[in-house]
Amino acid sequence: MSGLLVLRAGALTTVQDRGRPGLAHLGVPRSGALDAGARALANRLVGNAADAAVLETTLDGVALRARAPVTVAVTGAPCAVRVSGRPAAWGAPVRLRAGAELDVGRAESGLRSYVAVRGGFAVPPVLGSRSTDLLSGLGPAVLSAGTVLPVGGAWIGPVRGAGALGVPGPPSVLVLPLRLGPRADWFEAASIARLLRSPYRVSARSNRIGLRTEGGPRLARRRGGELPSEGMVLGAVQVPPDGLPVLFLADHPVTGGYPVLGVVPSGRPLNAAAQAVPGLEVRFVSA
Amino acid sequence: MRPLVVGTEALLLETDSAEEVAALHAELLRRRGELGGVRDIVPAARTVLLDGVADPAALGARIARWEVPAPAASEGPLVRVAVRYDGPDLAEVAALWGVGAQEVPAIVGGIAFRVAFCGFAPGFGYLTGLPARFHLPRRATPRTSVPAGSLALAGEYAGVYPRSSPGGWQLIGTTDAVVWDPAREPAALFAPGVRVRFEEVGA
Repeated sequence: MSGLLVLRAGALTTVQDRGRPGLAHLGVPRSGALDAGARALANRLVGNAADAAVLETTLDGVALRARAPVTVAVTGAPCAVRVSGRPAAWGAPVRLRAGAELDVGRAESGLRSYVAVRGGFAVPPVLGSRSTDLLSGLGPAVLSAGTVLPVGGAWIGPVRGAGALGVPGPPSVLVLPLRLGPRADWFEAASIARLLRSPYRVSARSNRIGLRTEGGPRLARRRGGELPSEGMVLGAVQVPPDGLPVLFLADHPVTGGYPVLGVVPSGRPLNAAAQAVPGLEVRFVSA
Repeated sequence: MRPLVVGTEALLLETDSAEEVAALHAELLRRRGELGGVRDIVPAARTVLLDGVADPAALGARIARWEVPAPAASEGPLVRVAVRYDGPDLAEVAALWGVGAQEVPAIVGGIAFRVAFCGFAPGFGYLTGLPARFHLPRRATPRTSVPAGSLALAGEYAGVYPRSSPGGWQLIGTTDAVVWDPAREPAALFAPGVRVRFEEVGA
């Protein structure tokens, strides 16, 4: 017996690696872990390659039973980690004996925790990736209790003793640097200026496809009509007819017909967006 | 052709027509080696997106100076797709075209289609080539489920549904061709630039 048995799947837990970049021309979304920094750290802690497949939880964690001895690490949203009922370290390698139960608790701040296992989760890849893509349905199913997750051989180095100290926790305000374009000229300049000095909130309707905003001023268009569908990038801030900006995350559609006001660069700002809980204040700043 | 910078690592090349997109896309694939590394080349209705480039502004200025030749009609791989003209909207489409339903297979079969771009779902190709007089409105009420393999028309486009999904296009026929299979190489039968001919089963 090997692998990890899912005891409690949590609200929404998926397998994620770096996704499927390079296939957008076939209509395939990029997908992949939303908080790429937390995924890389979890993998580093257990000695994996940075893009080995991990678990991405949403809000209330996950519980697994090791069917053989494994080493795991939990990063991303800080949470209580327990091994067979006893407190264990968050942000550090944790050894599980055969039969031990890992419980990744509810996020204390932030939204998404990441669980890496030494060797990586070895579910069958689709188009070169083990990521679940919730928009197009590619990749493994969302985790459910009773599923056994196989463990692969994706380690490249030793388990690291160093933990996640020094990694900034989820922020109290989500600051999104916005580089205007390519369709900023579709909006009233005064309306863009208002956006840049007004707070918005993260909407509860946000998901892996996009972070929706609410509570701020609605963007006013200076030109009507429809935009013919065009290619969309990760971090694009699209403005649908209701005028409230939507930040495109990893499972975003490859093309879209609403104008893109600006783009938030990947890296830290998008990692922070992955941890933004509904109701959190959002500020767009000029970049 | 107008280059528009998109964030820090992407470039949108905007043209005035689907024909210009086809020509530019073919030229970008031919000269991919000159682009200095690009992760995605994504054609769409009037644009081509280059994603994952080092210096979008400089690259845009460079490409704006290109002479882009019109693609030869014979350029791109040719795929022949066998179709049964049994779609629920066949009679309505024929009426909109002012022809009899029995004439639709010959009209569609006579058109040299080309995959302009993919979107909506993995492997869903938007095929151009329909003359303007054959352009069609979408259905007023989209269907909640369109069967996989449905040959459908809407606006200036034709397409084949890769899997069962909701859809508002006019359904004129069905094919057994598997247009999308992630376990196959290539996964998509209709990749951008592929030429397509629809042939009536048994004709």
